[in-house]
Amino acid sequence: MNALQAAGRKLAQCETCGLIGQPAVDPHCRRCGSKLELRRENSIQRTAALLIAGFALYLPANLLPIMETRSMFGMQEDTIMSGVIYLWTSGSWVLASVVFIASVAVPLLKLISLSLLVVSVRWRWRGHALPRARLYRLLETIGRWSMLDVYVVAILVALVQVQSLAAIAPGSGVLAFAAVVVLSMLATMAFDPRLIWDPISDETGKGAKS
Amino acid sequence: MRNEPSPGMSDLTACPQCDLLLQMGQEARDGRQALVCPRCGSGLYRSNRGSLENMLALACAGMILLVVANAFPVLGLDINGQRTDTTVLGAVDKLWLARMQPVAVLVLLTTILAPLLQLAAVIWLVLPLRLGRRPPAFARVFRVLQLVRPWAMTEVLILGMLVAMVKLAHFADLLPGIGIWSFGALMLLLTALTAMTEPRELWRNWEAAGK
Ligand SMILES: [Zn+2]
Ligand SMILES: [Zn+2]
Repeated sequence: MNALQAAGRKLAQCETCGLIGQPAVDPHCRRCGSKLELRRENSIQRTAALLIAGFALYLPANLLPIMETRSMFGMQEDTIMSGVIYLWTSGSWVLASVVFIASVAVPLLKLISLSLLVVSVRWRWRGHALPRARLYRLLETIGRWSMLDVYVVAILVALVQVQSLAAIAPGSGVLAFAAVVVLSMLATMAFDPRLIWDPISDETGKGAKS
Repeated sequence: MRNEPSPGMSDLTACPQCDLLLQMGQEARDGRQALVCPRCGSGLYRSNRGSLENMLALACAGMILLVVANAFPVLGLDINGQRTDTTVLGAVDKLWLARMQPVAVLVLLTTILAPLLQLAAVIWLVLPLRLGRRPPAFARVFRVLQLVRPWAMTEVLILGMLVAMVKLAHFADLLPGIGIWSFGALMLLLTALTAMTEPRELWRNWEAAGK
């Protein structure tokens, strides 16, 4: 395997403009002045910290009500799961599946697979680098869809107000849920996918130090 | 030569996803050829499709759509003759009043502010370049553009409105407003604009403008 990491040659690509530079010679990009780094700073620690916060909020996000409906029939509290069940029983199977995937499955799978990536990088696994790299790219693209339920609550709260037959108020679960989505997006951004490849390239000689 | 640390370094590029050092051919450097990382398969460079004119046109159209999308209601309800409707800003306001300020800010940021910043940054960067000048604070505005793009979630908002409509369909007559169509159009336009924005192209234009 002759694959060469740029960092192995003390070269870093500018994250802003894409120019290759030598951070040891000049810590700033000679074209745009951005800071050059071989690897994102403290990537593993920052990702791990954000993930732990995300896991801590995942349960409240799913157990606490995300909205409260007051009507003449009394008060009803809805969690994310009960919203999915409502859609399912009312016949919208496609939307029920979409909401389940976006709001329940994706956040959890994202937290778990990103943790796995952090572990694999921390202990410098060499196997399955390509699937791991693909997994990371998938996480980057799907994370945003978890915001779905936040928007649903926002629209319902705005439309169903006191003058109607019922009034919908946001529940504390939506706060935890939004936090999980933001934390997992930040964790994905903090992770440096180049770390996946460093142990492999180190075989050929001196590689990058994270 | 003083600023060029080693000869031939302008032919080099590195994969941002796996850090593989790559030699770029003239074709790829000029943007006539797309470049895909041979090791991890991530797309490094697209062959340039979007001209500066197209980007500018899309960004200006996007600004107009964004204003329209926020000036008109996205969704209305008719319950036994009683009508209510809301804009996205109205929804943000209701969340704020319900003491969900962080959620209100998040919705505002992802549906209005991030698209607005993305469009404004593109105009700021591209308009002077089109006129052959270097825009002030190019690098800083470029970083803002990179920073806000993942947070612009118009397409998720559209899906959210669809789900909300299905949930309300049994309980009231729905009146989709001009806002929802504008957001839909804005979603398509932002997707096209993001696909067109090729950092390497902008920086090459920037270098050309300095000469
Ligand atoms: Zn740079
Ligand atoms: Zn690569």
